[in-house]
Amino acid sequence: MTHPDLARLEGVSFSAGKKQILSNINLSLHDDCITTLIGPNGAGKSTLVKILLGLVRPSSGKVWQKPGLVIGYMPQKIQIDRTLPLTVKRFLQIPHSYDLGSIESVLADVGAAHLLDYAIHDLSGGEMQRTLLARALLRNPDLLVLDEPVQGVDINGQTELYRLIAEIRKKRRCSVLMISHDLHLVMASTDHVICLNTHVCCSGHPEAISADPAYIELFGASQAATLALYNHHHNHSHDLHGNVVSSDCCDTEHHRHG
Amino acid sequence: MADFLILALIAGVAVALVSGPLGAFVVWRRMAYFGDTLAHSALLGISLGVLLDINISLAVVLCCVGLALALVAMQRQHWIASDTLLGIMAHSALSLGLVTISLLDNVRLDLQAYLFGDLLAITPEDLRWILIGAAFVLGLIYWLWKPFLAITINEEMAQVEGIAVARYRLALMLLIAMVIAGAMKLVGVLLITSLMIIPAAAARRLAQTPEQMAIFASLLGTLAVVGGIALSWFIDTPAGPSVVVSALAIFLLIFLTPRARS
Repeated sequence: MTHPDLARLEGVSFSAGKKQILSNINLSLHDDCITTLIGPNGAGKSTLVKILLGLVRPSSGKVWQKPGLVIGYMPQKIQIDRTLPLTVKRFLQIPHSYDLGSIESVLADVGAAHLLDYAIHDLSGGEMQRTLLARALLRNPDLLVLDEPVQGVDINGQTELYRLIAEIRKKRRCSVLMISHDLHLVMASTDHVICLNTHVCCSGHPEAISADPAYIELFGASQAATLALYNHHHNHSHDLHGNVVSSDCCDTEHHRHG
Repeated sequence: MADFLILALIAGVAVALVSGPLGAFVVWRRMAYFGDTLAHSALLGISLGVLLDINISLAVVLCCVGLALALVAMQRQHWIASDTLLGIMAHSALSLGLVTISLLDNVRLDLQAYLFGDLLAITPEDLRWILIGAAFVLGLIYWLWKPFLAITINEEMAQVEGIAVARYRLALMLLIAMVIAGAMKLVGVLLITSLMIIPAAAARRLAQTPEQMAIFASLLGTLAVVGGIALSWFIDTPAGPSVVVSALAIFLLIFLTPRARS
């Protein structure tokens, strides 16, 4: 695989007050690739994405984006005050006045053509996510960044949304970086997985991380099992503060501790 | 009709027209308390203007802008919540202003007029400044409308889409500061925010688009100003509070009217 890099983080750390959120992150996003970022709550996934997007300045380290890179960003959720009267159509036209044709076609792509004249406040969770996805796609991005794209969507809708994202990626040949809690749902449609818990615990092909179907099953078995699962499959475990406490084996690209 | 009444009407309508769209942003962005804090600080601006012998409206704008910048800087820290910070700033600025004014014993300021407005004491010179300011602010709002809306919908998304969020947020604050300086004569520092948010809130019920809401807010504000001045003229009530009372009446009328089914 010789895909050129779209963006890179080099030795990025971030701390808020005394709390270390991210520590020495190195990662590259490749062209034509779906990268999934997984990790427990508070692992720093959203912060990492915001640093990559230039929304948050890292405490140290470097962020590189390919010059002229167009990013479509779908935030975790957005809160539009109910006092702002806004239809889906207007929402997609601010601030750039895309013509109605492109808006209708991109809404059709995400399976939301019927929402055009709906008030944005009347959308269900899944409809809102599709609208946000449409907004990100309207920019014709090289890189699509999705922060928990299935937030507030029921389980059937989640599978459907992931399928849609994979399909869109294939059609548009853009790269995707997404944050997800549930690896079992994204496993099939992701090329590269990064496990994050303040530092990059491991990364690689989903199969390389674990070829064992039990891994997928276990991952999906319950949200609560997520953290325990990491410990089972990594070469180290974490104490309550997320610090690495031991190393015993090694299977994919693992980080080193000094 | 008396000349001063015509001056008051023109000034009032100009301020109401500007307050419409800005008031809409204040409502959408939940900045009511922020606006109130800026308005309270206007009194500090007045006292500093008198103290330094500079144009009072200019002093008020500068003071509001200074406070807005200080607020933005202080909201980056996390040990005091935003609303507490606003509360501290609002009442400290107001009190500092009142204390400073009381120390200027060679100057007689009509405090009442600044706190609650003295619409009927507007001079042609005041009116000229209000009209120039209103035209300037309306022009800027028209020009910056789309980016303002974009940062109101979601700042992070706007940033990724290439909008200089910090710059537009600052511009919006500056415009609000200017309106406060202009509206101060009309309704006084304690009532300014109401002139921005009551017509905008009332307009929500009638509007289908952001633009409609801004325009309806301007029109309802104008109606409130005319109604308030009429009230003041015919039954001799204080002009500023009368404007707010008529704005409230319009708001209630719109909210208590059953919504037409389409």
